[in-house]
Amino acid sequence: MNNENKLKFSDEALALSQRMIKRYPEGKQKSALIPLLHVAQAEFGGWLSSDAMDYVASLLNITPIEVYEVASFYSMFNLKPVGKCVIEVCHTGPCWLLGSDDIVKYIEKKLSIKAGQTTADGMFTLKTVECLASCGTAPMMQIGETYHENLTLDKVDNIIHECRATVVEPVSHWSKKEIK
Amino acid sequence: MGRKLLTENINVPGIQSLDVYRKQGGYEGLKKALGMSPDAIVEEVKKSGLRGRGGAGFPTGMKWSFLAKPDGVPRHLVCNADESEPGTFKDRYMMERIPHLLIEGMAIGSFALGANTSYIYIRGELLYVFHILQKAIDEAYAAGLLGKNIMGSGFDFDLHVHCGAGAYICGEETALIESLEGKRGNPRIKPPFPAIQGLWQRPTVVNNVESIMAVVPIVKMGGDEYAKIGVGKSTGTKLISACGHINKPGVYEIELGVPVEEFIYSDEYCGGIRNGKDLKAVVAGGSSVPVLPKDLILKLANGEPRLMSYESLSEGGFATGTMLGSGGFIVMDEDTSIVKNLYTFTRFYHHESCGQCSPCREGTGWMEKILHKILDGHGTLADVDLLWEIQSKIEGKTICPLGDAAAWPVASAIRHFRSEFEEYVKNPSSIKKDNHYYRLNNISPEVA
Repeated sequence: MNNENKLKFSDEALALSQRMIKRYPEGKQKSALIPLLHVAQAEFGGWLSSDAMDYVASLLNITPIEVYEVASFYSMFNLKPVGKCVIEVCHTGPCWLLGSDDIVKYIEKKLSIKAGQTTADGMFTLKTVECLASCGTAPMMQIGETYHENLTLDKVDNIIHECRATVVEPVSHWSKKEIK
Repeated sequence: MGRKLLTENINVPGIQSLDVYRKQGGYEGLKKALGMSPDAIVEEVKKSGLRGRGGAGFPTGMKWSFLAKPDGVPRHLVCNADESEPGTFKDRYMMERIPHLLIEGMAIGSFALGANTSYIYIRGELLYVFHILQKAIDEAYAAGLLGKNIMGSGFDFDLHVHCGAGAYICGEETALIESLEGKRGNPRIKPPFPAIQGLWQRPTVVNNVESIMAVVPIVKMGGDEYAKIGVGKSTGTKLISACGHINKPGVYEIELGVPVEEFIYSDEYCGGIRNGKDLKAVVAGGSSVPVLPKDLILKLANGEPRLMSYESLSEGGFATGTMLGSGGFIVMDEDTSIVKNLYTFTRFYHHESCGQCSPCREGTGWMEKILHKILDGHGTLADVDLLWEIQSKIEGKTICPLGDAAAWPVASAIRHFRSEFEEYVKNPSSIKKDNHYYRLNNISPEVA
């Protein structure tokens, strides 16, 4: 069914996938599904198209539905295209107590988008997320693998400025640099 | 100063690396354990009185002794590093700073349980910690502390780190196992318990990061010595992650039994309430446990000081008590809106419900909507009663404890702060929603 599938992992990503699959016993290769979906998201522009998910299914020799039902369950998998920088602001209790609502409002105003939206230039997606285990350094947000903690509005300005200046490849948690 | 068993060396420069960790006595616990019989290790853990540090507080040694050992079937130890309970950030703190302590604990635990392959399941968002653990595991393999015949003991042991992808429910042990099998994180109906049929239907023990780390000092000092620390059945030390409106948020290792008042106000720990404000309420063990107002968290109903221990925090049941839970200690000052804080918790549980059980899937959504309505200024007194009704219909009626975890914060907020709900519905102008803008510096008025 994947004959017309044009997507393919890079050699590095394929090698990484094979190493990941080997961590589980013979016949239990499905356990590598979540790690491989992270790799796929990094390889294919920060989100999982149905072609990308079908490709992962073929690598693990499982049916596509087994991939779809998992990809749609976990909040880190994007099933629609996202900006190059996905800004994830924690808004659960401990962060709210220290001003996360104001961080969200400030970024919404600064980028002229609402939470859940992507800027017209495709640079930023803003998301609100639930607790990231960073309550002692609240308020906080995550971009790619980086935790930005003890946020102030000045810090937010600097972080967004830096993203604009430096980000070329999409950074959605796992990025190309994870795949070496 | 209380004794530090897990964090003693946490500030030693370079403790992340194997060399420095070993210079501080690292892997001496494993060396000792490999010279003992597996059953003797389980016995020491039983004697220590160690209770599961993830939140449930079930005795770890007993959990280990339940593990089925059918001939020819591999067994597994799985570390639950899916730390996601709001207010809790102790496991992340430890794994990031002293990863080899977890690896040493995993090796000891796996030897005791006869598991030749074990996994650390870490939440997907903690990708940078995943890398730290992987690097430490690679170092341990290179030094013969993992792999074939570890430390020349004849015991073969492989350890892998596995990442999740954002789902609080995977902190529930059977959901974690499902997730590790490459599926949605839907909790399983128990029995069978994981000790009989866990990962890939094989006998499995799932333990929290802190529980596994605690096994290292227990083996080194002996279970009896460990049990001398603490108070009553709350033995040993506990990591408390303190956050909210306190002067010194952070992770503190306490000897169980420290008075709550000392923990909040002494400079050794939280350092008191920020900006000279008064204390309003505390959620003592992660967002799931009942919120208590100042008078009840500091003192028991009989006026005696409440202590940071499993028994003292739950003294009085849910009428006047709470739980030690995961040790996620959330402090709220006098300006805090209990209703709005509760709204964020309820939204969290609605978002994180796996959707299997109707009471949880539907009930959490209903509660979120009603709280939103109240905060929007359209609530009625009947809504407060309805909230109470819904939470009571969720508690105890779901496959896993997420339903209880969603119900308890609502029940306790209404039980102890009903007047605030009533004030909000009678007088919407009293509603405080976003009153913390002043805590952020340099905020522009139009944003506030």
